[in-house]
Amino acid sequence: MVEITIRKRQREDAELTQRKFFKKTARGKVVKVIRERYLRDDVSCGIEKCRECISSPALHLPFGGAVDHKLFPQGHFVLPDTNVFLAQMDVIESSYFRTPIILLQTVLEEVRHRSLPLFNRLKALMKMDEKRTWIFYNEFRSETAVVREVGETPNDRNDRARPPIRGQPKPTLPTIVLLTEDADNRRKAEKDSIPCYSVRQYLEGMPESTQLMDLLSAAAGRPPLYSEYLPTGALTAGVKAGQLHQGHFNASQFNFLEGSVNVEAFGKPILLSGRENMNRAVHGDIVVVEVFSEQEWKAPTDEVVDQESALKNDDAEESDEEGERVVVEEKTPRTEVPSRAPTEKQPTGRIVGIVKRNWRAFVCHIDSTSLNSSTTTSLSQQTVFATPVSRLLPRIRMRTRQAPALLGQKILVTIDKWDITSRYPEGHFVRALGKVESKEAEQESLLLEFDVPYRPFGKAILDCLPTEGEQWVVPPKSADDLTWRDREDLRQLNICSIDPPACQDIDDALHARRLPNGNIEAGVHIADVSHFVLPDNPMDAEAAARGTTVYLVDKRIDMLPALLGTNLCSLRPFVERLAFSVIWELTPEANIANVRFTKSVIASKCAFTYEEAQTRKDDTHQQDELTDSIRLLNTLAQKLKAGRMAAGALNLASPEVKIHLDSAESSDPIDVEQKEQRETNSLVEEFMLLANISVAQKIQEAFPQTAVLRRHMPPPKTNFEKLQDILQRRRGIPLDVSSSGTLAASLDKCIDPEEPAFNTLVRIMATRCMLSAEYFCSGSVSKETFGHYGLASPIYTHFTSPIRRYADVLVHRQLAAAISYSPLHASLHSKTHVERVLEVVNRRHRMAQMAGRASVEFYVGLALKARAERSASLGAGKVTEEAFVIRTFRNGLNVFVSKLGIEGLVMFKRETRFDADNYTFTIPCSGSGGGDVEIAVFDKVVVSIEVEKDKNTQRGKVKMSLVKPIDSSGM
Amino acid sequence: MRHTPSICGFAFAEWLVISLLYTDSVLTDEPAQSLRIEILNEGGFRSDGRRQYELREIAFDSSPQAGADGSARISHGLTEVLVSVFGPREARVRAQTLHDRAAIHVEVNIAPFSTGDRRRRGRGDKRVQELAAMIKATFEPVVQTGLYPRSQIDIFVHVLQQDGGVLPAAINATTVALINAGVPLADYVCAITGGVHAAAPMLDLTALEESDLPHVTVASMPRSGRLTLVSMETRLHVDRFEEILRLAGEAGTVIHTEMHAVVRQRTKGLLDGISTGLRASKPAEDAMVEDE
Repeated sequence: MVEITIRKRQREDAELTQRKFFKKTARGKVVKVIRERYLRDDVSCGIEKCRECISSPALHLPFGGAVDHKLFPQGHFVLPDTNVFLAQMDVIESSYFRTPIILLQTVLEEVRHRSLPLFNRLKALMKMDEKRTWIFYNEFRSETAVVREVGETPNDRNDRARPPIRGQPKPTLPTIVLLTEDADNRRKAEKDSIPCYSVRQYLEGMPESTQLMDLLSAAAGRPPLYSEYLPTGALTAGVKAGQLHQGHFNASQFNFLEGSVNVEAFGKPILLSGRENMNRAVHGDIVVVEVFSEQEWKAPTDEVVDQESALKNDDAEESDEEGERVVVEEKTPRTEVPSRAPTEKQPTGRIVGIVKRNWRAFVCHIDSTSLNSSTTTSLSQQTVFATPVSRLLPRIRMRTRQAPALLGQKILVTIDKWDITSRYPEGHFVRALGKVESKEAEQESLLLEFDVPYRPFGKAILDCLPTEGEQWVVPPKSADDLTWRDREDLRQLNICSIDPPACQDIDDALHARRLPNGNIEAGVHIADVSHFVLPDNPMDAEAAARGTTVYLVDKRIDMLPALLGTNLCSLRPFVERLAFSVIWELTPEANIANVRFTKSVIASKCAFTYEEAQTRKDDTHQQDELTDSIRLLNTLAQKLKAGRMAAGALNLASPEVKIHLDSAESSDPIDVEQKEQRETNSLVEEFMLLANISVAQKIQEAFPQTAVLRRHMPPPKTNFEKLQDILQRRRGIPLDVSSSGTLAASLDKCIDPEEPAFNTLVRIMATRCMLSAEYFCSGSVSKETFGHYGLASPIYTHFTSPIRRYADVLVHRQLAAAISYSPLHASLHSKTHVERVLEVVNRRHRMAQMAGRASVEFYVGLALKARAERSASLGAGKVTEEAFVIRTFRNGLNVFVSKLGIEGLVMFKRETRFDADNYTFTIPCSGSGGGDVEIAVFDKVVVSIEVEKDKNTQRGKVKMSLVKPIDSSGM
Repeated sequence: MRHTPSICGFAFAEWLVISLLYTDSVLTDEPAQSLRIEILNEGGFRSDGRRQYELREIAFDSSPQAGADGSARISHGLTEVLVSVFGPREARVRAQTLHDRAAIHVEVNIAPFSTGDRRRRGRGDKRVQELAAMIKATFEPVVQTGLYPRSQIDIFVHVLQQDGGVLPAAINATTVALINAGVPLADYVCAITGGVHAAAPMLDLTALEESDLPHVTVASMPRSGRLTLVSMETRLHVDRFEEILRLAGEAGTVIHTEMHAVVRQRTKGLLDGISTGLRASKPAEDAMVEDE
């Protein structure tokens, strides 16, 4: 039989017995909620033999409390604050912590509200036999219940709610000690003369303080490393008002503590130096930057700071503040060299917000030093560092149980969060790609790193292919056949294709013949991909998503299924193929008399490689029509090129190397050589350019709003400043960058008679100063900005490689509509749709280029290794190669090895003298007898190259050291 | 009334101050805190400080409405209901007249301001109609309708504030209002809600508890021990049902004591009026209340 009673509530003090608050409902309505509270006098304090409390038989706190603490010999209880449980649960849980605990209901509820896992730990703790805890329901005890009121100071409230008798603590009775990590709370307690300590202070007096101190969580005292981001509203408002600037964050590849953001408002990118200013941005994020006042502007550091060597002492478990602070601070004053020319200063700022994160899965290696060495074989969970392959990314901290198994593997890691208190972003393991340096793992990691979609084509996509498959042929010519409708029959023409060796996806072919009127008819025939890839089907969607075919050294990732790319669309010799032709009537001086575009059927007579075409052209014994046609094309191409150069086109250079593979199967690289340029390369190039320009004009006329064009923006003058300065100071050569024409002319003058490669080097460096070309929709930008800077053409597009570029497919469709061959699909009338597609294509294009380059780099590394092994077996020593210095740093040189197309850093640990103004670098050589050795930008040096694996991350790294003019190994 | 704070053997004031100080710093966002409220915590306290078998405060105000034949206002915790009774009087609608007894007509009106989210419930609202039907069904066997053929008794229920237990509050208030109106009843009708949290039964649920727990509303006649209403809107395990039903019956007797005291007090006031020479207008009223 239970006792049922009615509780009485004092309505007079409703403020105590009623709680009132406002709550927002899911629909956004604000609702006032009133709750009752029944205050009672039978809430027990839990202390044994307490006279006042109705004792219950449950666990009780010992009467005397704990007596082993130094400060409280008479015995005491502790009353921990919420933040103690939130931050220092480990301490309280420890078996050394034996002081009886009084838990306030308020604390309990707040722990429960803040963190359920911690609340569950707390509950488990209360049930432990060795712990003595008592929950005091202070909210329900009539004397201790309080209400918070608006506008009332805590002191007033305390005075009002405090009972009339304040007990005088009798010395024989245990004290109650408030434990709190909140300094403010401690101050208040002191005012009321209540004994109050932080956990650390309290533990110092404990008998087992040493054991307990180890358990203290640093998190409690750890100050935030970064500042919080501004709210989204403030960011958008700031950007609109022009106070803040938005742009992509680019991490510096030389200095991990530096980054920059290109924004429209400034000619130069905004410099972000130091971790605090970079504020947790990761390369590629769209960030919002606040620019400092001009006095605080800085020049970028001229020093190479490598993350791995600088931070190798950081511990993954709990990053140690001090280690790195020293490194950074030591460096900062040194970089602030006062002699800096003021022009070199860049706008400097800090990141205040992030609009869009570029977080994805990154290919990483596990840093072996971050592993707990004693547990290399254990399966316990540990926190380790994952070092991304890309130097632009910060190390990622992750927790894993399989760390030992993942050592020496390439793994995928995604970033989950980056808290303001954490130096490194936190991530998690996604999957392992395979052993480092195994080709499969490297290839897949490359594709993942550059976000290249490489999955095989799905069934829905393959269903879009012609049902005949390999057997598909151009149907016999007949008037009512749909394929032949409006198609010209060009099968009798002497058309041939010229491509690199082993090219399978031939998308262009050419012909030329003399006309009776003395003019020349030249034709460019492009694979008619749009005949097979119809808009708005799965294949089209996939091609649009892939954007481009990606060429790696040993693999090609197709944009279109292989059946189309290498067979049905490929303009292979001796078979009839559908084509889209551009046919000009050119005067002998290569001026366009007439141009027409038509869908056609062709039958290529031969597929040449550049080399074959060249020899055939040069062989005077060959007098057949096909050879004549090539010669004719060649003469025209030379005139076209001359005309283009006269108009101010740039002859740019990029380091292109070719990898010789052992055999198709093993694909072990044997050697690397620079790509050779033949006349026939330029022949094809000129006609492709001409076709692209003619098509661009046509589609721009037909669809002024949505034409798919390509442009190359003129680079801002400031981009060239550094190169201009170096050239002027080192070689005394001026560089006129006022237009592409003047730039081309002055580049031609950059000649070092003793060093033919010097010109190429300058061209490479000039190319790096420029912006990259991009696709755009003609309706979205003003007509003045259509121009292509590098080609010096007012308008340009891509038409000639529809098998491997999606933009060309769009151009084909637009051109087909422009010549009234077929109506234009509705989506191509929509500017926003075209913009959206081109945005993807631009990105994919960029990524594909980088992936291709990275793949070459990897093979160069393999080739170097093979070469080193060979030379070692012959006893010839290390691989050495000539190189040019392209940049000097305070502690190293950036050199370019043109023969291998790679760049590398030569680092010096020894003290060197660095002259930033003259770009020279002096190595004092007192020991070896000779005088000081001075090295400057553009100097030719000999470096020895070796590929070494980073000890910690197993990451293959090209390591260079000087051989000439001075042997720098060991420096 | 209020208990003067006493000192538990030793420095009670010490931690009193600490907890005061403490509450101030942590109770900053109460609404958020309420999201994770514990229905019954380890110390055996419910979210409002009551224990399992403790009922909320119940207070009656007899005849707050002079125009009615009898009326009562109950405040049960934060729930507040006003009931006015008219009759027995001549039936207004001929078609509904019963020739052997009086017809009971119940009308419920829930004030839009009675809950936090202002919501208007018209007379046609199903929930309101159901509430009216339940009150009518509860009282039909209790009111001695046979004494008043061809007449009707009107019961108007106004829900002024809701915090759980609206139906029991309405029934309890109706009982008192009917007594005040002098309508002969076979017994008091005392209603209460009982619910179960995990395996722990509890009585008199608040709105917060009602929305979380399976519960049953029971109206009992304490003297005879009979039940006139058992209403369940949630699923309650059959093993728990018996226990809760028994508990609710016992709680009925507790409420009965409370009600009876109120009725006695009022009657006493009326009797005092008579004895001081003021002839009360309705002497019959008192006679009708049967004492135990």
